[in-house]
Amino acid sequence: MTRADAIIIGGGIHGCSTAVHLCLKGLRPVLVEKDYAGRHASGVNAGGVRQLARHTAEIPLSIRSMGLWERIADIVDDDCEFESHGQVLVAETGEELAACRARVAELEALGFSHEELIDAAELRRLVPAVSDSCPGGIVSRRDGAASPARTTTAFRRKAGHLGAIVREGMGATGIRRQDGLWRVDVGSERFEAPILVNAAGAWGGDIAAGLGEPVPVETVAPMLMITSRVPPFIAPVVILRGRKLSFKQFGNGTVLIGGGHLATPCRDTGETILDWRKLQESARTVFELFPVMRGATIVRAWAGIEARTGDDLPVLGPSAVHEGLYHQFGFSLHGFQLGPGAGAVMAELIVDGSTATPIDGLGIGRFARPSPPPAPRGQP
Amino acid sequence: MTSIPQRDAYDVVVIGAGPAGLAAAALTAGAGLATLLVDENMGPGGQVWRAITTTPVKEKRLLGDDYWAGQRLVDDVRASGAEILQRATVWSLDRTLEVGLSIDGGARLVRAKRIILATGALERPFPIPGWTLPGVMTAGAAQTMLKSSGLLPQGRVVVAGQGPLLWLLSAQILRMGGMIDLVLDTADRRNRLRALPHLPPFLTSPYFFKGLAMMREVRARTQVVGGVTSLAARGSGRVEALAYEAGGRRSEIPVDVLLLHQGVVPNVNLAMAAGVRHRWDDVQLCWVPELDERGESSVAGIHVAGDGAGIGGASVAVHRGRIAARAVIEALKPEAGLALADHATLASELARAERGRAFLDVLFQPARQFRIPADETVVCRCEEVTARDIRESVALGATGPNQLKAYRRTGMGPCQGRLCGLTVTELMAEARGRTPAEIGYYRLRAPVKPITLAELASLPKGEDATKAVVRG
Ligand SMILES: Cc1cc2nc3c(=O)[nH]c(=O)nc-3n(C[C@H](O)[C@H](O)[C@H](O)COP(=O)(O)OP(=O)(O)OC[C@H]3O[C@@H](n4cnc5c(N)ncnc54)[C@H](O)[C@@H]3O)c2cc1C
Repeated sequence: MTRADAIIIGGGIHGCSTAVHLCLKGLRPVLVEKDYAGRHASGVNAGGVRQLARHTAEIPLSIRSMGLWERIADIVDDDCEFESHGQVLVAETGEELAACRARVAELEALGFSHEELIDAAELRRLVPAVSDSCPGGIVSRRDGAASPARTTTAFRRKAGHLGAIVREGMGATGIRRQDGLWRVDVGSERFEAPILVNAAGAWGGDIAAGLGEPVPVETVAPMLMITSRVPPFIAPVVILRGRKLSFKQFGNGTVLIGGGHLATPCRDTGETILDWRKLQESARTVFELFPVMRGATIVRAWAGIEARTGDDLPVLGPSAVHEGLYHQFGFSLHGFQLGPGAGAVMAELIVDGSTATPIDGLGIGRFARPSPPPAPRGQP
Repeated sequence: MTSIPQRDAYDVVVIGAGPAGLAAAALTAGAGLATLLVDENMGPGGQVWRAITTTPVKEKRLLGDDYWAGQRLVDDVRASGAEILQRATVWSLDRTLEVGLSIDGGARLVRAKRIILATGALERPFPIPGWTLPGVMTAGAAQTMLKSSGLLPQGRVVVAGQGPLLWLLSAQILRMGGMIDLVLDTADRRNRLRALPHLPPFLTSPYFFKGLAMMREVRARTQVVGGVTSLAARGSGRVEALAYEAGGRRSEIPVDVLLLHQGVVPNVNLAMAAGVRHRWDDVQLCWVPELDERGESSVAGIHVAGDGAGIGGASVAVHRGRIAARAVIEALKPEAGLALADHATLASELARAERGRAFLDVLFQPARQFRIPADETVVCRCEEVTARDIRESVALGATGPNQLKAYRRTGMGPCQGRLCGLTVTELMAEARGRTPAEIGYYRLRAPVKPITLAELASLPKGEDATKAVVRG
């Protein structure tokens, strides 16, 4: 039995970030990852570092995280290929622009200023390739993108350098509380600690349920595709308000096309089965909107496995039932940007008992309250 | 021959019209199963019988009897009722047995009850310094030009490497009046001793005489240097010279065209992308799909035949194609299976065809230095990653080809690892003191061949486009 200060289950960006921040606060955690760090959502996502268009309940966390992204190299000794060319939400119709206007007004009333309403002229300046008929949109200028595999790997490496015990290639099993401590088996090893962090991504719901705290969560697998190199034509990350499309061109000219169309996940094997008819819709939209892309080839398409909760918000914070248990999963397709901040917040909750970052709407307790069941959602 | 698939769903889709695919499709279609045979080339034949129906080279002697033997299989498949789709590139296959293919600039999805993958072999990467220079190409590429358009390499031609195809290609070039200045044989002489136990069956196999005759033919007409232990192409803008070492002596010669080849390995990209489990073959030094004795893979309904199942050559491929076809017929239309030779007969025919292979496999194991290059050599051509870059990433903590992507863009370019994958696996295995099996391979994703955005956008919305995708 090896004693540690905390056991973290899951080597995605969240588990790795929490490991780093616990180490920075002087703790010695053990980080357990059943495959390898970054194998799932955290290593294969779109890399969008976005405060734009977030649910208000997670905006403070996102802003906290943004501050960390801006000095990411100081934290993990790697620039993570983070770059900040802004993210732009494009309105294609007057109606969509009106919705944008209402959104920005709502945020301003809450005291948030990161989203800015832009008119057609500013939109054209930021994204010259966009159709003349688009009347405007919203920009979040500090947003950007980073390399997901590189970022998650950098956090994992840093955690190791700071003294975390890292175990990859074997899952944590036999999760139990005995004699006031959390215990898990990892292959033939056993670990115990007063603290357990459930950062198991798409598998986090099972762990929570196994410990008597079920939450409404489904496994989804959003798809992405990347094209061959095309001449630079777009700097910010672009999201269409009215369609399922997001768009990002890298420095080397390749273009990442996403937008939330779903593949079929196989959680047991980690595989995903792509839905080409849905990818065809994305291809068609890009074909129509950006003529420069028409000759490009699709080099690769893939999907990542992620947990989506009933209200599209993560489960973050202490357990409502057990002492020493903390949840950090269910990031519902937008948890990459939140990784650095969520790890810092988690370390504060664990070590200091509180955090200055408001995360009120994110606790697991919200599902225990009697409330109407969430609206049924279409299966992929 | 048709120009788009005539149906949305087939009993069997056979992918690849080389020896294995032709043999398989002829049987399944002959048994009355709706069979689609797809192939990306202009005509049937695969690599061995490339352009068999169209080649401008009409004098039979030039390409050899084995080449013309393909004609019968082509005739059989044409008579069988199989739907044959040439110039159709399969870019996706998944465990639901949905096939994505492109033809004439448009994309299509078709369903199958069974798949026979007969995607053949690829040339093993041959990463030497300068292998990316224009003027350096693979022997296979040269052979493709020869067979389909009768084009011969021009100028000072050097052929370097080893393996049966190297000698065959050299013989074909010389027979057609082409010039070869020098053949550099990199076969590792130490392999001879190791191969010795496998010699007896080889001596009575057809490979023995054919191989010997071909080597003699080449040696009679051009200079051959054996025991070559290092190669480096040099030049600015294109290849100008080749430095090599043989028997401890260094030489450098001017070249205009350098043809490289060190054997072939299964083309596993489509099978891997479909989720088929593969294992590392310690003798052939490559990945091969895990198959049962009827050629069925770990993914139910996907069979693999031909060189894609492990290198065996054309006649082995034909037998494996028949075995897979028989298994498919038995599963889908058992009464038609009764008319066919039984499995035991097919299996013993296969064993006969495989005789002598084990000797060749050991004899032609490429030497370490030609598989695991020195630091300066480019490994990943698409992203220009060198062996040093990879070793440094390992030192930083990269544990396998997929983890490497967090450090370098290896394998993320358009070749999808075809030109670097084996090198990366073996290089990382050596650097980490692990076996290639422990290190693993890139997780491959569709499209396994690039398709254009326009092609994908043209995919017809099927009648079930809006229905759930969960099936089978
Ligand atoms: C295609 C795609 C695109 C996306 N794009 C963006 C984007 O642009 N911006 C953004 O902010 N977010 C994006 N996201 C969301 C983001 O990737 C995820 O929210 C985030 O990575 C979740 O991190 P995680 O650490 O919770 O989960 P994961 O990365 O899934 O990590 C959880 C880990 O836990 C491990 N695990 C599970 N059970 C056990 C066990 N018992 N023992 C040991 N280990 C276990 C798993 O193997 C896994 O590696 C995207 C997601 C996908 C799939």
